[in-house]
Order: sequence, then C-alpha cells, then structure tokens
Amino acid sequence: MTCTEFLKILDDVIDESIAVETRTEIELHLRKCGHCEVVLNTTRKTIEIFRRHEIYEVPTEVSERLHSAIMEKCKKAK
Amino acid sequence: MSTIQPVAGQDEQHPDVALVERVRAGDVAAYDTLVRKYERQIFRIAQHITQNREDAEDVMQDAFLKAYEKLDQFQGNSKFYTWLVRIAVNESLMRLRKRRTGKLVSMDEDVQTDEGSVPRDFADWAPNPEQNYTQAELAEILRKTIQGLPQGFRVVFVLRDVEGLSTEETAETLGLSVPAVKSRLLRARLQLRERLTRYFGRKTPTIAPAAAAPNGDGAEA
Repeated sequence: MTCTEFLKILDDVIDESIAVETRTEIELHLRKCGHCEVVLNTTRKTIEIFRRHEIYEVPTEVSERLHSAIMEKCKKAK
Repeated sequence: MSTIQPVAGQDEQHPDVALVERVRAGDVAAYDTLVRKYERQIFRIAQHITQNREDAEDVMQDAFLKAYEKLDQFQGNSKFYTWLVRIAVNESLMRLRKRRTGKLVSMDEDVQTDEGSVPRDFADWAPNPEQNYTQAELAEILRKTIQGLPQGFRVVFVLRDVEGLSTEETAETLGLSVPAVKSRLLRARLQLRERLTRYFGRKTPTIAPAAAAPNGDGAEA
C-alpha cells in the first residue's frame, strides 16, 4: 500500500468501515510509514477536539429567551 | 407462532416519533420537549453556516416554527432530527442570500480548491494539546480554524463529525450525493488537521548552536 492509497481510504479507517482483508495491509503500511501514522492519529484527534468543545456557547438567558419566543410563536400559529 | 422474526431494533420506535404524534394531536408541551432537545444543535449548525450570531438566533426560531407548522408533512421515514436539520440548513442559506444580495450562495461554494487535500505538516501532537490553552483560547482557535474552511466543506464536517449525522443523512440533508459528502468530509478533516497542527504540533527540535559547534570555539572568527 502506498501513502496515496492510504490517504484515499483514511476516512474509512477513521470511521472503522474497513474490510477485514484490507486491515492487515493498513497495519503493515502504518508500521513502516511514520507520516501516515501521524496523519491518522492527528486527524482522529481533530475530530475529537471539535466534538468535545462547544465553540458557540449560548448563555442560558439567551437560550431561555429564544426558547420562550419559539414556544410563543408556535402557540399563536395554531 | 410467527415465522417472520423482526430484525432486532427495527421495531423499536424512536422516542421522537411518540412526541411528534402528541404534537400532531395538539399537545404543544410535547413540542416544548423536542425544542429543548435539539435547540443547541440547531443553533450551532445555523451559526456555523451563517457565521453570524444574530442570524443564527433568527434561523433557530424560524426553523422550529416552520417545523411546527409543517409537522403534518413530516413523513416519518427519516428521523425528526434530520428533517429539522434540513429545514435549519435551508433557512441558514436563505439568510445568507439575504445578506449577500445578488451573490450566489450554495453548498458548492469554493469546493473546487485542492488546498489542503494533501497533508504537508507531519509534526505529531502532544498527548493532550488542549491543556496548553484556556477554554476561551481553545474555543477561539477552533472557531478560527473551522471558519477558514470553504462553506461546502464546513457544513459537511459539522453535520457528520460534530452533530453525528450519518454520511447518508448528511447527503440527504444537503441534497448531495454520498460520494460528494465523502470527498468533502475527507478534505475538511485534512484541512482542519493541517491548521490545528500549527497550534498543537510538537515543535521539531532545532539544532542548538552549542550542538553545531561542540567546542564552542571558532564561532566568532
């Protein structure tokens, strides 16, 4: 397996939707290619970081105001 | 005894289905529960697309109101959440169009670029790179990083990786094909990784002058 081939299936590796027979090839490639190993690990971490951290925090009072406004409009709508 | 056994999980009703039924029967309180359940996600998605807080607040209200008014059209063959997200994405794009009058706004914007589709920076990250930053600094880094992505990549990444929709649901929500979602997701992930490496990557050790000239003499010739 070449780096280009590995990169093509990187998403499937991350999403764990790889056929069993390809797994060995991937493991062999990663064992000898430090760059691809770093790309795989840091891409995984990238996703995790964005998942874990709220980057658009909504203050409770704003959230409550919006919630009340929505419910008010819905009650009027019917 | 029945000869056909239902596939495990197939008959399990998603809790939203019961809530939707109650709303349809006139129970507004059930809708309150659905709004509470998804308002944060819808706000985040709207904020990611519009890049504007005021617009995101409006989109969130409009999307929930529209979903409420159109609940009779909800078929139930997709999840309520996916259906709601689709409404919110459309509302967000409409809001963008209003802001940039005359300028085309679509999911295909800027996706032709090949920038970042090939990794260049191979510096590994520290085990917990977030620890070097305060929450506020980290949020700023993540905001700046994701805002730099082309819109068509950003939305795919947000729906698929942050909000947890499947590839198929993301495709359905955005009106894209599954291969298009996959290709954008890969490029989004790689571009974000590359940008975050600037902050989280371990610096490659540079050769100290003392090491370059071990005896320490001759340097000032």
